[in-house]
Amino acid sequence: MDQPLRIVIAKPGLDGHDRGAKVVARALRDAGHEVIYTGLRRTPEQIIETVRDEDAILLGLSSLSGAHGHLFPRICETLREHNMGDVIVFGGGIIPEDDRPPLFEAGVRAIFGPGTTSEEMVEFIATAIQRDDAGVGHGAGWHWNPSE
Amino acid sequence: MQVGIGIRLNEGEILVDRMDAAKAGDRRALARLLSSIENGELRFNDSHSDASDWKILALTGPPGVGKSCLLDRLLHEWVDAGLRVAVLAVDPSSPRSGGALLGDRVRMSVVDDENKKNSVYVRSVATRKTSGSVPLVVQDMAFCLLEVGWDKVVIETVGAGQSEVRCAAVADRIVLVEGPARGDGVQAEKAGLLELADAVIVNKSDLDGAQRHANELRESLNLGHEEAPEVYLVSALHGTGIPQASAMLLSLNQSIRAGRARWRERLLSHHERLLLEHPQFDTSLSNLEEGLMSFDEAYAQLRNKNE
Repeated sequence: MDQPLRIVIAKPGLDGHDRGAKVVARALRDAGHEVIYTGLRRTPEQIIETVRDEDAILLGLSSLSGAHGHLFPRICETLREHNMGDVIVFGGGIIPEDDRPPLFEAGVRAIFGPGTTSEEMVEFIATAIQRDDAGVGHGAGWHWNPSE
Repeated sequence: MQVGIGIRLNEGEILVDRMDAAKAGDRRALARLLSSIENGELRFNDSHSDASDWKILALTGPPGVGKSCLLDRLLHEWVDAGLRVAVLAVDPSSPRSGGALLGDRVRMSVVDDENKKNSVYVRSVATRKTSGSVPLVVQDMAFCLLEVGWDKVVIETVGAGQSEVRCAAVADRIVLVEGPARGDGVQAEKAGLLELADAVIVNKSDLDGAQRHANELRESLNLGHEEAPEVYLVSALHGTGIPQASAMLLSLNQSIRAGRARWRERLLSHHERLLLEHPQFDTSLSNLEEGLMSFDEAYAQLRNKNE
């Protein structure tokens, strides 16, 4: 890897549990990336401002509160509105299988649930960064499928 | 203020557009410019004067003394005073993986303040693998921020050790942050930093030992025959002493005694950067490792073709 990738790991909404987010942040750091963690209870606007100011190319959203169906698409939409369509969005936490298609539809490129290995996440990132259609600006389309 | 834009690897026109966009307040364009500097694609030279008014301030000190919290308080004050302030918050990269967890931003409440966030820019910077060269990259980033219209740049160093003296040396003013009860050995331990500091702030005044530590520092600083920097006692947690410290820092003069030490650090940083950025650096390392070259030969090679 030439330059480390800059990745924001964010906790949107009213959800006070960030052990998962911290484990992910640590794993991505150990994979050689530069990870900026936002802290708890961020609004979509605050998250986007962080991605913008920090020039992050990837944004990982963690939610265990059940509000992912509202928050994740809203963040994707706001990124597009702010001309940040090249940012690659992925998510994780407790996200039921049935809730995932609409999130992929909104531009989220991967959803990682409990039991995901850090190797898989690192592989997703390596794959996504090579593609020219992984940015949130491309809307629905490709998303990570570990069986591929 | 004159800027020498050195190398931009691919785009040419785009760089000018990006500068203009950043000047017009486009944060994304600014963030990208800073990334280009960080990645070694772009260089900023500037020799803004060190004279009366500082432009670049370094906040340094041991880990855990509250540098980020204190800075957040200061930013609130400075924005209230009408200033636009950018922050370069430096955190260490893992020497093993090269990755980094950049966490200073979490403590910056000012970026969430609707009325103030437009006057503050916070950028997290990892030391990356060639930590020795980072200080001057940070300096270029600071010049870039000044050039696109930020009034002041604050560099928050990693928890301080010897290399952070280097990092601090790129600034016009150096403020050393200390905590309570740092122990008796503190004077000797902090000799390098204390020599360079233009002011000292003892944080956590609400805790036992803070007052005593401030006294010890004052005493120690006054042992020298040169003019000693001021020592301030504050509590970033409760806001005690912050308005005074904030006002003092804005009008802070460069201490005369630090001048020589600072030039020394700058020269050393510059030399180190030249070596690290030499195209033959890795080859020379390998040659040394394999015994194909003597140390003197390797060093001569790195010095010669440079510049």
